[in-house]
Amino acid sequence: MKTFEVLGTGCKKCTNTAEKIEKMASELGQDVEVVKITDPAKIMEYQVMSTPAVALDGQVVHSGSIPTSDAIAEWLKG
Amino acid sequence: MLAIFTQLADWLTYTLMGLSPETKLGTSIHFFIEDTTKILFLLVVMIYVIALMRASLNLDRVRAYIQRKNRTVGYFFGSGFGAITPFCSCSSIPLFLGFTSAGIPLGITMAFLFTSPIINEVAVIMLWSLLGWKFTLAYIVIGMAVGMIGGMILDAIKGERWLKDFAAKAYQKAAEQAHDSPHDVEVPEAPKLTFKDRHNFAKDELKEIVGRIWKWVLIGVGLGAALHGFVPDGWFAENLGSGQWWSVPAAVFAGLPLYSNATGVIPVMESLIVKGLPVGTTLAFCMSTVAASFPEFIMLKQVMTFRLLAIIFAILLANFMVVGWVINAIGPWLFAGS
Repeated sequence: MKTFEVLGTGCKKCTNTAEKIEKMASELGQDVEVVKITDPAKIMEYQVMSTPAVALDGQVVHSGSIPTSDAIAEWLKG
Repeated sequence: MLAIFTQLADWLTYTLMGLSPETKLGTSIHFFIEDTTKILFLLVVMIYVIALMRASLNLDRVRAYIQRKNRTVGYFFGSGFGAITPFCSCSSIPLFLGFTSAGIPLGITMAFLFTSPIINEVAVIMLWSLLGWKFTLAYIVIGMAVGMIGGMILDAIKGERWLKDFAAKAYQKAAEQAHDSPHDVEVPEAPKLTFKDRHNFAKDELKEIVGRIWKWVLIGVGLGAALHGFVPDGWFAENLGSGQWWSVPAAVFAGLPLYSNATGVIPVMESLIVKGLPVGTTLAFCMSTVAASFPEFIMLKQVMTFRLLAIIFAILLANFMVVGWVINAIGPWLFAGS
């Protein structure tokens, strides 16, 4: 099972990002875990400077905006 | 070219609605129509054009540039990049930690964060169209000065002592590394972008920014229009003239509970100045509204102790007051003839 971590200090865009990934995963019938990371120390460890950012299984794959549907589909597929 | 918006407002207000330019309502509505149409038009065009140009500017590159500078010019670059880098206030904390964990001094990081809400392309476009280039230039110089001086004071008093533990440790570790091998930071290469990439970026930026600020434009211009129509010319000059030194701190404290971005305040500034409020007092009010916002401070609480926050707050307020007094003193000379 894939684990997505949505990094962000709790702004609206971060919530939207997490919801978007969950929604697309359930549409594709995939079982994923989506965790929201709001702890600044953790975000710092990932070396992310613009949020919302997304880490897939511990690797940052995106930062700075709500990811596009294409990008999410790619992560779910890969 | 911008005269077309005056003509549009003339026609809508005086011909179509049949209001008289002699009435308070007539002047207010005219002001509202002229300014909203002009500002929204300029914003749409300029945000798109500017976004095309800065599509390849990202925070990792900005950070590397700043890291390579020595401390003296660092404040200038921190503040300058704060002005031009697109950045949403919800990213303040990750940005702060990203800079700190790269060993960038607290003062330089804060110069970036102080300047960022004061100067941005939207504020500059609006000031230019409403108050002219001289005022715009003065605003940019002052905005950057507030950021740089605030940063320098923080470093002079060793503000990093009062960071939260995890942030202080990250800073110390990076600073030690930088001491061992200074100036070997490489600026990441600019991403190769086709025109189509740039266009897509600019289109998204335009949608994002206009979607976020159009309400502020309407509210700001609405307030400005009401002031314009209903407050008699010279009212502020008579009641809160520049002779009274206390009008500056009063303006700073009046601006504190108001939380707005630059977009909402600038049309109000225009009306305040036209009605005779001294320029320095007006600027102090504007900066206090825009740059000292409680939501922002509550966010910074995650990485700073209360003591540091209080110090930063005090530095900002003191800076705004100095700006107000200095500009009131030299304003008549600075803006003579404009």
